[in-house]
Amino acid sequence: MNAYNFAYLDEQTKRMIRRAILKGVAVPGYQVPFASREMPMPYGWGTGGVQVTAACLVPEDRLKVIDQGADDTTNAVSIRKFFQKTAQVAVTEKTGEATIIQTRHRIPEQAMTEDQILVYQVPIPEPLRFLEPSEVETRKMHALEDYGLMHVKLYEDIARHGEIATAYAYPVKVEGRYVMDPSPIPKFDNPKLESSALQLFGAGREQRIYAVPPYTRVVSLDFEDHPFDPSKAPHPCALCGAEDSYLDEVITDDAGSRMFVCSDTDYCASRREDAA
Amino acid sequence: MTTPQLDGGFANLSHDAAHAFRAALQAMARPGRIEMLALARPPAPCSQAAGALILTLCDSTTPLYLAPSHDQPGLREWITFHTSAPIVRPEAAMFALGTWDALSPVDRFAIGTSAYPDRAATLIVEMTSLATKGASLRGPGIKDRAQLSLPEIAAFQDNRRRFPLGFDCYFTCGDRLAGLPRGAIVEG
Ligand SMILES: [Zn+2]
Repeated sequence: MNAYNFAYLDEQTKRMIRRAILKGVAVPGYQVPFASREMPMPYGWGTGGVQVTAACLVPEDRLKVIDQGADDTTNAVSIRKFFQKTAQVAVTEKTGEATIIQTRHRIPEQAMTEDQILVYQVPIPEPLRFLEPSEVETRKMHALEDYGLMHVKLYEDIARHGEIATAYAYPVKVEGRYVMDPSPIPKFDNPKLESSALQLFGAGREQRIYAVPPYTRVVSLDFEDHPFDPSKAPHPCALCGAEDSYLDEVITDDAGSRMFVCSDTDYCASRREDAA
Repeated sequence: MTTPQLDGGFANLSHDAAHAFRAALQAMARPGRIEMLALARPPAPCSQAAGALILTLCDSTTPLYLAPSHDQPGLREWITFHTSAPIVRPEAAMFALGTWDALSPVDRFAIGTSAYPDRAATLIVEMTSLATKGASLRGPGIKDRAQLSLPEIAAFQDNRRRFPLGFDCYFTCGDRLAGLPRGAIVEG
């Protein structure tokens, strides 16, 4: 007997989440409040992303789940199994074969297509939260398009470090209106936020959903004399030789030897298969 | 005996709603693209696509306005039976259903507040034809330009001027569905 409703959530909950997603799409970069539900996994495991994915899935979907670029972490495997069980959807590790990709902290290296949806797990959706703890105040700032505080913070970075020190969750402005937290992706990924795919963001604990529709303008905040720089460490991948991918530094033996390898495991494996 | 207003709902509630939502999502995310949506059979004069949208998005928490073109007993009963959505006046509606003429003047509908622009109405506009020609569209969701046979131009330009406030629209015709978010830039 199947004890679950399709994709776990009951229909009323899915309707509520679906309405929030549509308003998010209509107002790109604006954080829509929603009534997040208890999910059978802890908050740190991407319950916001899981609820957005559950609301979007159809039985014919092919789902890919990545955690920092990898398909095989405990977190990614658990979420993939959850939807195999509750929605009976097909799964894949191949970026090109997926119709929906749920991600934690990376954008796949392979360019996404019009037929794909990318769902981000978001821990802290409010880009101004570290600067202003009050929700009332940050909501007012978004309403008034008052982002002075964010510019002051970035400029202080430059004064102190000679450059903007933010390397992850680098803030962006969406379609010239809302400043948005792209979730803790490396700033290397920021240029890929302008995409042919629909991008949806879910924060479970903070109860927010937001969206970037296809072909929406997404600009990383910067200054004329300190333009945004998405560059990464100047190494090729030690496994596949890629020079255009984001790399993780991994320790390879007890002596502490290190090497740099692609964080996107499917990208790296595909390149090695192609070369073989 | 069958009661007409009880028929015509989703045959498979969760699967049909999932498919209908995906069509609604793609339509709102890609203005100028027409989706097919034939999962519901609502009473006249409601189209299949509009019926499926209502079954997918409306419930007891979403006040709905039925414009004079669609305020008919059979349809009222069907909506109430399948969704429990309260039928309300335009100003209080989260969703509104009707022809463009019957929904006008559209400045009656909620456009959200500066703190909560999501608290805005979604209009479901029934059309006699729906095609990817006519008004020119630019903006989020659109690569370069798209075209859609909108019922008029000025109202959507006024709507865009208030961004991020504004209402959002679906256009329906038979089993065809298109979306127009408030941010779309509409030119003649
Ligand atoms: Zn590699």
